[in-house]
Amino acid sequence: MYPETDRYSKEHEWFRLEGDSCVVGITDFAQDELGEVVFVDLPEVGSTFEAGDEIGTIESVKAVSEIYTAVGGEVTAINEALTDAPEKVNEDPHGDGWLVRFKLASPSDLDGLMKAAEYEEFTRNG
Amino acid sequence: MTYVGATEMGVWLSVIVTLLMTSDDLRRTPLHAAHLAAKGRMVPFAGWEMPVQYSGVMDEHRAVRSAAGLFDVSHMGEVRVTGAGAEAFLQHLTPNDVSKLAPGRIHYSALLTRRGTYVDDLLVYRLTEDEFLLVVNAANLEADFEWIASQAPDGVTVEDVSARYALLALQGPMAETILKQLTETELAKIRYYRFRRGRVAGVRALISRTGYTGEDGFELYVAPERAEALWRAVMEAGSGHGLVPAGLGARDTLRLEAGMALYGHELDDATTAWEAGLAWTVKMDSGDFIGRAALAAARESRPSKKLAGFEIRGRGIARAGCVAFGAGREIGRVTSGTFSPTLERALGMAYLAPGWDEVGRAFEIDVRGRRLPAEVVELPFYKRA
Repeated sequence: MYPETDRYSKEHEWFRLEGDSCVVGITDFAQDELGEVVFVDLPEVGSTFEAGDEIGTIESVKAVSEIYTAVGGEVTAINEALTDAPEKVNEDPHGDGWLVRFKLASPSDLDGLMKAAEYEEFTRNG
Repeated sequence: MTYVGATEMGVWLSVIVTLLMTSDDLRRTPLHAAHLAAKGRMVPFAGWEMPVQYSGVMDEHRAVRSAAGLFDVSHMGEVRVTGAGAEAFLQHLTPNDVSKLAPGRIHYSALLTRRGTYVDDLLVYRLTEDEFLLVVNAANLEADFEWIASQAPDGVTVEDVSARYALLALQGPMAETILKQLTETELAKIRYYRFRRGRVAGVRALISRTGYTGEDGFELYVAPERAEALWRAVMEAGSGHGLVPAGLGARDTLRLEAGMALYGHELDDATTAWEAGLAWTVKMDSGDFIGRAALAAARESRPSKKLAGFEIRGRGIARAGCVAFGAGREIGRVTSGTFSPTLERALGMAYLAPGWDEVGRAFEIDVRGRRLPAEVVELPFYKRA
């Protein structure tokens, strides 16, 4: 059920390589655990992060979660639509509910991440 | 993504904690199978495995406001107090006036320390002249029972009868319409905070017109072995009326909109009824109850904090434990905070220094290092029409 082309972190985020940039979102498993998302706080375009940094937060009715990036680089775009329609994260977490686009500093950051089947296994076993 | 936030009512334990705790450590209500069948998401709460949500907190919340929701609250504790001296004992033990409570009636009251602060809040049911049922918070049941039993005089019997009851709460404007199909008891004659005994779907029940949502509704006390049959019958009777199963998540957002206190959040052993806005539950002329002297003294001095409702005037949610700031200094602490599904904004309750609790007063709340603008608003946030 998870897109084969993407890579996945233990923090339940997905990373999609597109040329020299990488799109980041949270997984369907993550949005389901969180419940209805009501606020999404994203970093400013132009800011830079290292792999492992916190880049924002997602608030649902029941809890707040920090978003961590597994890749480093400069933020080239954020999903502005989430300001008015945070529910997109629930409705289409692997598509319209994307969060941030990075210009990758080092494509090898993706190497340690899980493939779709591994991630699915990971969510089953915790 | 990492779950850092917690946590209304302590319900929202992180995924990790959930996985580490085996279900063997937790007690299950008689409705456990019904919750799994309804795809309830089970979480640990006060030592119980309880449904936090089914379809989603917002959906369930809105269903209760517009139609009806059915909650399993069997984790609540019940303590039976009987004997010729039961009324006099409870008059001494609790701050509300038990002498004015006729059989068939219920009132909201508390167990207080000698300092006038909260051991727990509770409902008192007068079953008969000499027989009472106290309904207490699950997390406090053991401590409450020991405290009550230790205070009881000769001739008064105190029993923990929690295992004899399952408790279903049917809440929402359609509650009476739904329940009417299942009982011959004249529900229209049961007024708010009264109860009758009757049969619902053939199951003997204590039918109580009470709830914790700010809506009309009923709470049904039944034998555990009949709970699942009753649950199914009520769900079926409500199928054409918008009834949904509702979990602890919606219960919390509903009670918060209704401005109702939750023990461990708005109430604790460092808080008095004066501070919590619960003066109406304390009858100072009802004899010498435990905590009365301290409350009388406290009434003469300015309280150090006052419970206030607030709304966030920005993006973000202030949750329990967040610190409030005014004029550059710390002025209080958030006790409960959430996103209100009805009003569609972030709101909550906080204890604020005197003066800061006035409606319209602007202040700030620190949320993970960021100061969110907030404003004091009238409680409750929501009142049914």
